[in-house]
Amino acid sequence: MDRLLNVMTLMSLGLIVLVLVSVRRSHIRVEYSVSWLVAATVLLVLSRSRSLLEWLAPVLGLGHGSLVLVMLACCIFLVVFYRFSVVISGLKDANIALTQRVAILEFQLRALHEGQ
Amino acid sequence: MIDAQKAGGVLILIPALNEEASVGGVIHEVRSVMPGAAVLVADDCSRDSTRSVALSAGADVLTLPAHLGLGGCVQAGYKLAFEMGFEYVIRVDGDGQHDPHDVPRILDALRTTGCQMVIGSRFCARVGNGHTSAPRALGITIFRLLLRPILGKAVHDPTSGFVGVNREALAVFGRSFPLEYPEIEALVVLQRRRFQFVEVPVHMLPRRHGRSTITPLKSMYYIVHVLLGVFVNILKVEGRRWFRLKKA
Repeated sequence: MDRLLNVMTLMSLGLIVLVLVSVRRSHIRVEYSVSWLVAATVLLVLSRSRSLLEWLAPVLGLGHGSLVLVMLACCIFLVVFYRFSVVISGLKDANIALTQRVAILEFQLRALHEGQ
Repeated sequence: MIDAQKAGGVLILIPALNEEASVGGVIHEVRSVMPGAAVLVADDCSRDSTRSVALSAGADVLTLPAHLGLGGCVQAGYKLAFEMGFEYVIRVDGDGQHDPHDVPRILDALRTTGCQMVIGSRFCARVGNGHTSAPRALGITIFRLLLRPILGKAVHDPTSGFVGVNREALAVFGRSFPLEYPEIEALVVLQRRRFQFVEVPVHMLPRRHGRSTITPLKSMYYIVHVLLGVFVNILKVEGRRWFRLKKA
């Protein structure tokens, strides 16, 4: 279990560094980095809390603390993916409306020019 | 430039994507059958010369700067028609499968019945052979059975894109119109507003040029996608009904 916890700690740290570098290079906007940073920080704290995982294992009906960590990691990333699905859907709706509006305005502008 | 008053409030909307080979012929036929009506081609960011062919044939062209899919393309045409004051819009596909000679029958039904939507149906009076592939025929059968209780009446050709709508429907579709495979979900959107539709018999022709992109796999995706869309729309209706009952 110690090896799994250490690997999870390294992966969480790696994710935090990756997100911070991406924000610095403007590959990710700050508002969308928050979900990833929160998820990585929670996993980092859990991976350093062996006693908490062992306490949670029987509460959640799991046989081992490592399973708790894996399950919580899956849950956290599912929440993050859901949030981004909501964001992407909103962006797509906005894109459609903007594309249609640009086409309509271009049509009307061309008609105005032809009228002159 | 299209003008709602000069055109008697009637717009023929032709959504087109890479239809340079057929769209010109469709426009000429529409103009010969409906000489007074305005003709608008909604070009869904074609990569070929659809736009220039349509302009040469005498149509106005609404050019989308990015590809939106059929629903987004048709909705853009509906929005423009509503803003320009058109009373009736009849959609005729740019691939030549819809016979423009049926347009007056659809327009007449829109004017006389007072329904918000008129569907050109290839099945309701056994006109022609329908030109329907086996997967599509299966899909149509499934959707007929599904839509019967939802709409409260039978619909013979729920996947037909040969439809006419009046200004009330234009106002609704300008705000809410399915992006992909819009025909069936559009019926449910109308049902939520207690709008009415009627079917009139039309001819469906084989594509004049090119091949359909619909494969058996895409047909299955189509069925699943539309089923999901229909149920989501029903849930919205149920939620509103429940809310209204609670308030009452």
